[in-house]
Amino acid sequence: MSDMNQNMLAKYRSSFLKEVEANVEEGHMVKMCMQCGVCSGSCPMQNHWDHPPQELFMMIRANKREEVLTSSSMWMCTSCYNCIARCPRGLPITHIMHGLATYAKRLGKVPEGQPTAKFAQKMWDNLKQKGRTNELKLGLALYFMNGFGEGVKKALSMQDVGLGMVKTGRLNPMELLGGHGIKDVAGLQKMLAKAEAIENQHIAEYKG
Amino acid sequence: MADMKIGAYICKGCGIEERLDVKQLVTTAKRDGKAAVSKDHEFLCNADGVKMIQNDIDNDGVNRVVIVGCSRRAKTEAFNFEGVTLSRANIREGVIWVRPDNEESQETTQEMADDYVRMACAEAKAMKLPESSGEQPLTRRIMVVGGGITGLTAAIEAANTGYEVDLIEKSGALGGAVAGFYKRVPGKNGLQGPVDNDIAKLIAAVEGSSQIKVHLNSSIATTDGAPGRFSVTLEDGAAFTVGAIVQATGFKSYDMSLLTEFSPEAPDVIDQLTFEQRVKAANGAIKKADGSDAQNVVFVQCAGQRSEKPGHLSYCSGHCCNTSVKQAHYVKAAGGDATVIFTDLRTPGATGEDFYRSGQEAGVTFSKGCVSSVSAKGEVNYKDLILNEEITVNADIVVLATGMVPNSGPNPYLVLDRAQAKEDGKTELVATLDAEIAIQPASILNLQYRQGSDLPILRDGFNDSHFICFPYETRRTGIYAAGPIRRPMDIVQAVEDATGATLKAIQACENAALGRAAHPRSGDLSFPTFRKEGCTQCKRCTVECPFGAINEDDKGYPQYNEARCRRCGTCMGACPVRVISFENYSVETVGQQIKNVSIPEEFEEKPRILMLACENDAYPALDMAGMTHQEYSSFVRIIPVRCLGSVNTIWITDALNSGFDGIILAGCQKGDNYQCHFVKGSEMAHYRMSKIDDTLKQLNLEKERVATLEVAITDIQRLPAEINKMADTIKEIGMSPFKF
Repeated sequence: MSDMNQNMLAKYRSSFLKEVEANVEEGHMVKMCMQCGVCSGSCPMQNHWDHPPQELFMMIRANKREEVLTSSSMWMCTSCYNCIARCPRGLPITHIMHGLATYAKRLGKVPEGQPTAKFAQKMWDNLKQKGRTNELKLGLALYFMNGFGEGVKKALSMQDVGLGMVKTGRLNPMELLGGHGIKDVAGLQKMLAKAEAIENQHIAEYKG
Repeated sequence: MADMKIGAYICKGCGIEERLDVKQLVTTAKRDGKAAVSKDHEFLCNADGVKMIQNDIDNDGVNRVVIVGCSRRAKTEAFNFEGVTLSRANIREGVIWVRPDNEESQETTQEMADDYVRMACAEAKAMKLPESSGEQPLTRRIMVVGGGITGLTAAIEAANTGYEVDLIEKSGALGGAVAGFYKRVPGKNGLQGPVDNDIAKLIAAVEGSSQIKVHLNSSIATTDGAPGRFSVTLEDGAAFTVGAIVQATGFKSYDMSLLTEFSPEAPDVIDQLTFEQRVKAANGAIKKADGSDAQNVVFVQCAGQRSEKPGHLSYCSGHCCNTSVKQAHYVKAAGGDATVIFTDLRTPGATGEDFYRSGQEAGVTFSKGCVSSVSAKGEVNYKDLILNEEITVNADIVVLATGMVPNSGPNPYLVLDRAQAKEDGKTELVATLDAEIAIQPASILNLQYRQGSDLPILRDGFNDSHFICFPYETRRTGIYAAGPIRRPMDIVQAVEDATGATLKAIQACENAALGRAAHPRSGDLSFPTFRKEGCTQCKRCTVECPFGAINEDDKGYPQYNEARCRRCGTCMGACPVRVISFENYSVETVGQQIKNVSIPEEFEEKPRILMLACENDAYPALDMAGMTHQEYSSFVRIIPVRCLGSVNTIWITDALNSGFDGIILAGCQKGDNYQCHFVKGSEMAHYRMSKIDDTLKQLNLEKERVATLEVAITDIQRLPAEINKMADTIKEIGMSPFKF
């Protein structure tokens, strides 16, 4: 890491808010929160998270970097948009939540075994292979996400639905053998690899 | 006025004719009311009806007009006749609209209407036509006390209307607290952040005005007189006459040395005013006391205010959150870090919320928390209420948002109470009062009033300004309070206050010249006089007048100052020998109404309930009860009074003696949150009625027969319920034995 990067890190360490503003989608709006708590009261997931949104925003302002980035809260967001609709200050809370999740993922701070993060990764890996999502493979990957036994059970219970979809032409079992893709898969993969390299270079200064 | 000639006019409109025997009412007015002229009319308030009455006045010598129809609060413009007295018998809202339309109620409803006709005629007989006293000329000059932003605005506003102004300022310069501000919170568009302080322009305008005479380094030696003729002498001997006064003496910061937990002795723990002056002196740079640059500034909101701890201010000063946002802007603009620690961020005013946003946009950190202590080194310890943890931040400068303390004069009643306590031989009370008098500030107005030197205080040292209904109106007519002496406020509110109070002051001058009351009975020409032969010099009137309107002469006789009077009649209610009266409102005008209610024999089982209702709230509420057709007992007879304070206990005694079975007094809310138009009237009435038990005991009557109520104008369901409750009570305890 260069000296400049070291300095920058030192600066951001002392003010996590600035780091969020620079790296998180809509992060510049975090400072506009007035701590009324309407978002927390509106969230359907309020019994499942570690920190309510307005507390998360206060933690950002209070430089609680590790606690924010490793929090489960932003991974719990179901994008119902209640908070955005109700925020008297017009903060794009849902977007900020997804932005925080993305940033945490880039920094490798995702909580161990977080199911939303796990599935998101599977979706991405699936998409990357052919440039399209292979729905059959993705579905099966979801069934087997938590182990082989559970996967078999889930697959059997969904047997009838699956067969029905095959019959009506909504599902092609042949997709299991590779599946169809876009025209220039190799080109896409090259593009993504380049983008990832740039991303990694950029994010390196915040990793530590 | 020449011979009395009563003309009674009974309206048949609005369903009256269908419900009542109007012919009988005409006869009642003639026979019982002794009306020389008694007529009915299809539609009295239309042009034809009014013309009929005017014709009788012009050609038939009618000079006491009695209108029998709607409430005295309705159709006032139609029934507005020059040169005659007017009485109103309310048989619409007060009778037919509150009684059921059926056969069995017919008899009692008619009795009700007949009584109201008798009462109105009796009142007409006892009334005289008030005339202007001509006690003072038109003085188009006001005095403004205080040269801060409130006083300057008041002066310039008055000058703009053509009035002349004497502006009194204690210090050597105009501008007050605002003159020390680096910048100010904007009056418009809060998002723009702090704006330039333009007080210099206002000062220049005042100094440049030929109509404003500025008295710097001045204080007032004496103020005497009344609206329209206040004579003022300054300490330097200058003397002048003004028609009204605006007191705008501003505020001082709460003494932060009392907040020992915040290390007030440390050079960089300062209050908002000091920080403001420091930034102004450094032209925007943020400097510590030793002159070095300050990087990190922490603002502690609600320091010593909104707190019930002894010595703290219990109230919110309203401006401090916005002020801290403004000062945090200074810090951000200079490149530093600013943190505002608050429990509730309150940014009142049209620009407040946007101004808060502007602070957030600028990067000010707002932290919801409770500060427990500040060390001399600038460590601020607080509990973060969102994160629920104890936090310490290091600050180069800590700014305490202490509250506003009004610069009002001393409590004028303390000296009077002390004199009374001394006379009564209460040494302990004298000592307590002495201690309190010792810590009072110096007098500002030095009023030569029977009731003390300055404007009365309501609570927390703020001058009473009837903050619920009539801002600026103090308890001294013609003297108006503006700015933070009546409640805590910011610049925008102070400027608005100054404008309003000035307008009030001009009204006071103009009304005084016409001999009219300014407020709340605006336009009233009547004023109280007393019969000297009967006066016992008991001083009840001079002590109990809520407005200090009455002085005493050498012999202890009351000296009325008509222009100071609000015409509430509290003196009339106070007088034990009943020598005080207005031309058109007296012990007689109401007493005669009470005497002219016909009291049925005991065996008829028709009790009579007298209700004396305050004309400001209780009577309108009763009118509205009528408009919404709430039913109440036909046994009640309601008489509106100017204020419950004007109720003389003789009315109660006379009513009980003449056979009334129950009495209800309906006045306004009293106490610190009073709604009484005359501030103390309702309170005085309640106090006097608390002593009525002795009278009842002497007469061997149950104390349930007299009820004193505090009502609001919205009590349109409660009042009928209270009347019915009294009717039920009488049913239970039986009829009065005093029926003859």
